[in-house]
Amino acid sequence: MEESTSHYLLIIGGVLFALLNVAAGLIWVERRMLALWQDRYGPNRAGPFGLFIVLADTLKLFFKEDWIPPLADKVVFVIAPAIVLVTVLLGFVVVPFAPGIVVADLNIGILFFLAMSSMGAYSIILGGWASNNKYSLLGAMRGAAQMISYEVFMGLALMGVVLLTGTFNLSTIVEAQRDLWFFIPQILGFVIFFIAGVAETHRLPFDIPESESELVAGFHSEYSGMKFGMFFIGEYLGITLISCMVVTLYFGGWLGPGFLPPLFWFAIKVFAFISLFILLRASLPRPRYDQLMEYGWKILLPLSLVNLLVTAAIVLMQNEP
Amino acid sequence: MELTFFIAAAVAVLATIMVVTQYNLIHALLYLVVSFLAISVVFFTLGAPFMAALEIIIYAGAIVVLIIFVIMMLNLTQEDIQHEKEWLKPRIWIGPAVLSMILLVELVYIFTADTPDTYRSTPVEAQAVGMSLFGPYVLGVQLSGMLLMAGIVGAYHLGRQKKKVIHRFLERTEA
Repeated sequence: MEESTSHYLLIIGGVLFALLNVAAGLIWVERRMLALWQDRYGPNRAGPFGLFIVLADTLKLFFKEDWIPPLADKVVFVIAPAIVLVTVLLGFVVVPFAPGIVVADLNIGILFFLAMSSMGAYSIILGGWASNNKYSLLGAMRGAAQMISYEVFMGLALMGVVLLTGTFNLSTIVEAQRDLWFFIPQILGFVIFFIAGVAETHRLPFDIPESESELVAGFHSEYSGMKFGMFFIGEYLGITLISCMVVTLYFGGWLGPGFLPPLFWFAIKVFAFISLFILLRASLPRPRYDQLMEYGWKILLPLSLVNLLVTAAIVLMQNEP
Repeated sequence: MELTFFIAAAVAVLATIMVVTQYNLIHALLYLVVSFLAISVVFFTLGAPFMAALEIIIYAGAIVVLIIFVIMMLNLTQEDIQHEKEWLKPRIWIGPAVLSMILLVELVYIFTADTPDTYRSTPVEAQAVGMSLFGPYVLGVQLSGMLLMAGIVGAYHLGRQKKKVIHRFLERTEA
């Protein structure tokens, strides 16, 4: 494989192009699928299958008035939406899309992903605080507590996979699943990781920082135009990132029967999980805030610790002759 | 790698100075995050990628978030910023500044006296860190575990609430 700079620039450009298009396309996918699951048509007028809604939505976001509240902390207000996009896009750096198609095959891949997802919490906190609005502040506080808590279980759930493979490198982890995808031995870890992933991306049913029925729009109530667009796209990219990580860690990444190229297998699996995210939104009600925290600390934390303990014991027994 | 190390180190120093001199607490904390990120890059260039990742996850990702969380609830106003401005007088910062200048001079002396290769080392992988943590330094891990346990017990004690009655009319006043 060629390891030149242009090769990497090509990968970076390709990944960026694909991701931003996927994020924009998800606007249409989500509305259409939500509608189908709720016995409606959804956007079906503009263009074939209503696909041009993406164009209309993007244009609308670009031309909206970009308003900064006079009482807001201007610098922080402007930085906050950029943080979410930057951290999520940086998270994709370590995702192995196919053999050789990875921006940086770091030895600490999983840790890098965790670090970037924990930095993402700043966008919510700072955005909510800088808006100088009580609903935004409430949303930001909920978001901060929720993301910090669920990061813990997310990291602990991942450690099961790390124990089985003995590495943080994502390509090695995918290669280690050639015989058996890890969601079978790590079913508990997978479920906890997925739930924590939903909470990390603050998607329904865990969209408590936004919860439009009680907090207007939560932490981004005051945002308009492309600044809101950043949060919007950041959320879709977050879903894609969590889906990529689930596929990489538990569903064999690019591995699959030989009649399709590895990249296609990866894309198909990721799309399946994105659809699962959307189905969750269509089917589950939002829990109360204290229920969410209780669920996390009283159920997910002990379960992830038990998962870690049992996995470690089994690995230890296998290594002993 | 050498150039990246010096750039990251310079960013870290500048950001840390900004942490001290900012009047607005949230802005100061933002610079603190930048400082942690720069220190993480320093770790990375020194060949400790595991420490670099942990630096971001733990310090920048969790601890500073918690501090911001507390400060958000304090409802800082323009008045508090004014207070901060009044407190940051030469009379107050000159003492620590002189002391840290002495440390800086010492540090520069050490760097110049020693071979210039001091900061270059072999990469330390995560496994090596784990082996030494649970090998020769296991006592430290256990002690910090006990400390954290004490913290959890204390937090539970502080956060514990008396059992709530369903309605205030049902509440019995204890004489």
